[in-house]
Amino acid sequence: MRYLKLILIIFFIFGLNYSHAQQSELENKITKNLRCLVCQGQSVYDSDTEFANSLKILVKNKLNEGFSERQIYTYLKERYGEWILFDPEFTKKTYFLWLIPILMFAIGGLVILNLFIIKKN
Amino acid sequence: MKIRIIPSIISLLLIIIFILFYMGLKNSNIYVPKENVNKKIPNFTAKLFETSEKINSEKIFSKDQFYLMNIWSSWCVPCRDEHNFLKDLSNEKNLNLIGLNYKDKTENAKNFLIELGNPFDIIFLDQKGIIAIDWGAYGVPETYLIKNNIIIKKIIGPLNYNLVKEIKEIIR
Repeated sequence: MRYLKLILIIFFIFGLNYSHAQQSELENKITKNLRCLVCQGQSVYDSDTEFANSLKILVKNKLNEGFSERQIYTYLKERYGEWILFDPEFTKKTYFLWLIPILMFAIGGLVILNLFIIKKN
Repeated sequence: MKIRIIPSIISLLLIIIFILFYMGLKNSNIYVPKENVNKKIPNFTAKLFETSEKINSEKIFSKDQFYLMNIWSSWCVPCRDEHNFLKDLSNEKNLNLIGLNYKDKTENAKNFLIELGNPFDIIFLDQKGIIAIDWGAYGVPETYLIKNNIIIKKIIGPLNYNLVKEIKEIIR
């Protein structure tokens, strides 16, 4: 019985550890996607400025409050504009940016098809 | 015939893309911070500087007057420079000065105010810098002019003679 208790406790502690690790992974993912606005080309994750450190705490707090990743981005976008995100979101302004690579890929495929496969027949 | 159509479409597309990107080059790529003007002020709860009592911001910004919220810190050199302008503005009857002490040691902040004088009506504490982010601030110093819970003007960086003159014109 004593061993069972011990094992349960160990499992409980490891379980806590795991859930915490998951949260900090998400934290890192979010802060890596946030631009440190007062630095030059660094993410919030990389930077150690006052601004970046505050943002790290803020992201942690918001996650604890139950905000989703997207909600945090929206919250920060309202305050600092879209520039704060490294990954531009899919909007009217950026659809060209997102679609060009796919378009290029398709065109390339067509060219290859045209040059090698259709010609052979 | 078919072979000629495809290359011409491809080259046309490439030319269009080239022109688009070339035009994009000419756009200014200097980032201008988004000014949160004409936005509602965020609601926050913070400790007071003097009494460490927690208070909600709604009570503070409720009067039908102008408010000037200044984010400052004792370790910030430009804050020291703009302090005289703040003192000048504190003589305005129609204007309430509210300080937000940003990531500071209380002891240092107290010495700063003893040395240079205290122009603020109320000072909030923001030890983690989170309230400043809620306001959309980048750092210290930053100043917001507020009327009826709406930000009329946002100043990034220290105040200067012209800005003070502008603020005085707005509140009169």
